[in-house]
Amino acid sequence: MDVLVIGGGNAALCAALTARRAGADVLLVEKAPEPFRGGNSRHTRDIRFLHERGDRYVTGPYPEDEFWDDLRRVTCGQTNEHLAKLVIRESADIKDWAMEHGVRWQPPLRGTLHLARTNLFMLGGGKALVNAYYATALRMGVRVLYETEAQELILSDGRFEAAILRSATGQLCEVEAKAVVVAAGGFEANLAWLKRYWGEAADNFVVRGAPYNDGRVLAALLQQGAKPVGDPQQFHAVAVDARAPKFDGGIVTRLDSIPFGIVVNRQAERFYDEGEDLWPRRYAIWGGLIARQPDQIAYSIVDAKVMHQFLPSIYPPIEAPSIPALAERLGLDPPSLVRTVERFNRAVRVGTYDPSTLDDCHTEGLEPPKSHWALPLDTPPFYAYPLRPGITFTYMGVTVDDHARVVLQDGRPAQNIFAAGEIMAGNILGRGYLAGFGLTIGTVFGRIAGREAARAAGH
Amino acid sequence: MRPVTDLFQEAERQMIVCNACRYCEGFCAVFQAMELRRQFSRGDLLYLANLCHDCRACFYACQYAPPHEFDINIPKILAQVRAETYEQYAWPRRFATLLGQSRLGGALFTLLCIAVVLGFVLLVRGPEIAFGVHTGEGAFYRVVPHWAMAIPSSAISTYGLAVFAVGLLRFWRDTGGKLSELRSVRAFLQATKDVVILRYLDGGGEGCNYPHQDFSSSRRVFHHLTFYGFLLAFASTTLAMIYHYALEREAPYPLTHPVVLLGTAGGIMLMLGTAGLLWLKRRSDRMPADARMLELDVIFTTLLFLTAASGMLTLAVRETAAMGVTLAIHLGISGALLFLAPYSKFAHAVYRSTALVRFAIEQQQNRAGH
Ligand SMILES: Cc1cc2nc3c(=O)[nH]c(=O)nc-3n(C[C@H](O)[C@H](O)[C@H](O)COP(=O)(O)OP(=O)(O)OC[C@H]3O[C@@H](n4cnc5c(N)ncnc54)[C@H](O)[C@@H]3O)c2cc1C
Ligand code: SF4
Ligand code: SF4
Repeated sequence: MDVLVIGGGNAALCAALTARRAGADVLLVEKAPEPFRGGNSRHTRDIRFLHERGDRYVTGPYPEDEFWDDLRRVTCGQTNEHLAKLVIRESADIKDWAMEHGVRWQPPLRGTLHLARTNLFMLGGGKALVNAYYATALRMGVRVLYETEAQELILSDGRFEAAILRSATGQLCEVEAKAVVVAAGGFEANLAWLKRYWGEAADNFVVRGAPYNDGRVLAALLQQGAKPVGDPQQFHAVAVDARAPKFDGGIVTRLDSIPFGIVVNRQAERFYDEGEDLWPRRYAIWGGLIARQPDQIAYSIVDAKVMHQFLPSIYPPIEAPSIPALAERLGLDPPSLVRTVERFNRAVRVGTYDPSTLDDCHTEGLEPPKSHWALPLDTPPFYAYPLRPGITFTYMGVTVDDHARVVLQDGRPAQNIFAAGEIMAGNILGRGYLAGFGLTIGTVFGRIAGREAARAAGH
Repeated sequence: MRPVTDLFQEAERQMIVCNACRYCEGFCAVFQAMELRRQFSRGDLLYLANLCHDCRACFYACQYAPPHEFDINIPKILAQVRAETYEQYAWPRRFATLLGQSRLGGALFTLLCIAVVLGFVLLVRGPEIAFGVHTGEGAFYRVVPHWAMAIPSSAISTYGLAVFAVGLLRFWRDTGGKLSELRSVRAFLQATKDVVILRYLDGGGEGCNYPHQDFSSSRRVFHHLTFYGFLLAFASTTLAMIYHYALEREAPYPLTHPVVLLGTAGGIMLMLGTAGLLWLKRRSDRMPADARMLELDVIFTTLLFLTAASGMLTLAVRETAAMGVTLAIHLGISGALLFLAPYSKFAHAVYRSTALVRFAIEQQQNRAGH
């Protein structure tokens, strides 16, 4: 075998397709069973890419400078500029490349408008993309094993020799390959690992994506001398409905009600500015905020007049005719919640309400403030959604160079070990997030890793 | 079969998940119509279900499809609601359950129809006529007199049209439509276009996921053959009526006559189309399919095939002694097809087109409102 690809999501598939096209013999091992193949990638919606002009699928240009500015802003500079610019530049042909490999895009429609200029939307979403890549890979002769987990990597002197695989039946076998591409995601589904940084709080996290991304291969790499990158405590996490399944609930459990009302914790107290900035720029901080509240729970409270202004959610809101009754139903202390709401209502200065811009409805003399879209909670019935931190992915990974080679502790790049996707995204995203950029990193680095792995295997 | 209330509750549950997800909005009208709603009443669900063309793209693309615990299977649940529509809006309802949705019922009924015509020919007209060779103008009517064809078929058609008209108006009202809206010419034009090109059988571009997960246009091609074959056959019949009544020329017509040419083209297309659809259906993935809809499909498609095939056979043997019996069988099958129309999958033509009109109106209003 020439190239072993570990993982079965977007990054792994892009690597497998590229290596195969270069003529290599490729085996891809996916830990998930076939119906759940595709990791977190099967939950995605869109992908960000560089383009000079708009077309059928994007409404306008997204040039390199703007892309780079956006990235620098969200990461606060915590990014490897060289690798980041490589991703940006090489993202330019994602649209055509993906189409050549079976992916189809969707013209902008109602649900996609806020990102319609910068991002491409997969027709049917991430699972359709994953299906297309698998179909193409199989047609091209990539061998795929489902329900097969890479458990250990055998290295000698910084060179990959073999991997120990565990098959669906529990059999262990050693597989040698001339090169390996590690694209097995982060460790977001490994609550025990998260506990190292978050303590017991991690028990209350909801994992939005695949339960298979437990970071086992990441740990193996780090243990064998790969150089880590990224803050282990950093993660991308949003507010999800507390009734969501523990794993794999995906996109539909997120809640967009926060800017339309107030959010309180277990003590019925507000703890953060719900109207700090436009929601697409703020939704990803709420997971972390809730993770730091007692019992990692919070409640988004809105009233009847704003109910239809945010995307519907799958769980019905908890409803009550008055604030004390609502507190009762949520198990909060009624006088405390009444006090919080009254204090908030008194502080509200209503101007011209407009949820699509940073409007002038705000609070005065309130801590924390609500800077925009502040309207008094006064129109019964009142509604609440219980919230938990919903973790999307972790940031810590392995350091790579611009050939996608895994860099070792001593700064040397391993000659035949490559990494792509979430497992190395921390090189580029030290913190923060740009919608659709996870797939961009995975696609660009997956292709580089595939190309370089094929080359390392002699193709 | 689950109780109807559960069916609608389950459909609502699934629609709520889709509405929070919306990843499939590029595939078809169902999702665009869904996005205009937050709650899903029975009428909404009937409407959405009839917008669905069962292309199955949204099943294979769904990250929540079984075995995921959310258990989302839109083509299946919407097919169940559609089957329910065909039953609810048929009158009398029992006919739909007994004949349109049961292979056994449909088959027995068809045999009965054949037996009636055959009995008429053999017993009333007598074996001499039945097994005689008849040629020249009026040959068919020597076996089955013109009145014996015209009166039952007009009666059955009128009855069928009445059942459909009532069903359609009820459906329109139940799905939230106003009578005045039915005047919207633009909506009709749009919907007609969607029907003639079978827009929503293309899964958003490359064909539907049928019979399996791969994208394919085969179903659309076979449906087109069936649909346009049907239209040609219908045109042939209409033209024959014109010749009969206005020009006073009686069937059979010569082989190069427009009536025969249209009928032959239509018959062959129908046979190819329906055979193709049945063949695809046999091989199709059962996961996103509903058993009741499968029954409806098989019965109606088979009847269409048999009607076309027996018609073609009649043409082939019309100058031999086999004509009498063949014609009787053909008339029996066509009669069954005609009578069963309001209780069979033929109903999809009515309710799906109506839903497409509703969709065109709704989208216009929505655009105007923004
Ligand atoms: C709900 C949700 C929505 C998202 N939406 C978007 C979006 O719209 N756009 C975007 O760009 N990003 C989005 N993301 C982030 C995005 O999913 C990731 O950035 C991206 O998919 C990472 O791709 P990957 O291939 O590195 O990892 P994954 O797709 O997670 O793939 C990892 C693969 O490795 C396999 N694996 C794990 N361990 C092993 C092992 N030991 N042996 C073998 N296989 C193993 C897993 O089964 C899986 O197949 C979203 C994430 C979530 C959870
Ligand atoms: S079918 Fe599945 S992927 Fe498509 S919109 Fe519904 S829930 Fe989302
Ligand atoms: S099966 Fe096809 S037509 Fe029906 S809802 Fe899904 S995508 Fe739309």
